Amino acid sequence: MSNGQIWIAILVAAGVSLLVRVLPLTLIRKKITNRFLRSFLYYVPYATLAVMTFPAIIDAAGNPVAGIAALAVGGVLAWLRAGLFPVALASCVTVFLTEWLTRIG
Amino acid sequence: MRRLILRGLRDGLPIGVGYFAVAFSLGIVARQTGLTPIQGFVASMLNHASAGEYALYYQISARAAFWEIALVIMITNMRYLLMSTALSQRIPTETGLAGRIATGFCITDEIFALGIGYAGKLSLAYLGSAFILADLMWSAGTMAGIIAGNILPANVVSALSVAVFGMFLAIIMPPARENKVIAGLVAAAFACSFALNRLVSPETMSDGMKVIVLTVALSAAAAALFPVPDEKEGGTAHE
Repeated sequence: MSNGQIWIAILVAAGVSLLVRVLPLTLIRKKITNRFLRSFLYYVPYATLAVMTFPAIIDAAGNPVAGIAALAVGGVLAWLRAGLFPVALASCVTVFLTEWLTRIG
Repeated sequence: MRRLILRGLRDGLPIGVGYFAVAFSLGIVARQTGLTPIQGFVASMLNHASAGEYALYYQISARAAFWEIALVIMITNMRYLLMSTALSQRIPTETGLAGRIATGFCITDEIFALGIGYAGKLSLAYLGSAFILADLMWSAGTMAGIIAGNILPANVVSALSVAVFGMFLAIIMPPARENKVIAGLVAAAFACSFALNRLVSPETMSDGMKVIVLTVALSAAAAALFPVPDEKEGGTAHE
């Protein structure tokens, strides 16, 4: 994308995320009672984050072994409730070490 | 008023410190997609959502159409609809349009958590000052990631670029551990995403469209098969 197109993309994203944040506060004064809609909204963040994580983590890591290793280490630590920053850091260290090991091996 | 602002800044500071570190890794991603430090700062100021911004940079690098970007941002930020709805029950009923818009703009997973933890009718002075401090540190972190990403060696950059996925794992795994449906949903999402990514080329279906289609299909299936009981409705604030 050109520089101008990137600015437009940023503003489009900003406009949509503002609408999503503001619309219920300004329009909906009652709770959502539709059970399907409530359940759908409840599951959305997990589905979307999982879809964006895999297989993208493999491509981001530079080599598949490092990507799988980062997913395994990050996944286990996250499962043990290690928290946002420790899990992120451990994933980075795993990729760095795996790339280093596969290069000398 | 002054006391509320000070209390907001005090509660916003630890959130901001965490934001700076996380946004730094987001800045690495932004840098790879060609954003300037100023663009990263502005994008973070206005969007302030880790998953949403990652999706934005992902879409920019995939050269997605603007309507696709709008759709992806709407989907990745959809949980804010729930948070915004929850906050509408907690602000003073006489709050005007400007106050409601300002409250909505402040919503992030962590700031929402502060709002829910606030006893009594929610004060915008409190929530807003916590948000402004945290958002500035978030934006500064993104800018620092874009700048420092330029001087770091390639193997360090590829290592740091998985940080954002580590964050996502940290958000989805603890609830998956407690809720079998979420665990199954995450496993299904990994499998479907991998299959679609390898079977369908980016020319046939953009990566952003794949995220949208899979998110809607999987969430709708989960909602139809496993409707959420009432007490879990506010439980999405895990980020």
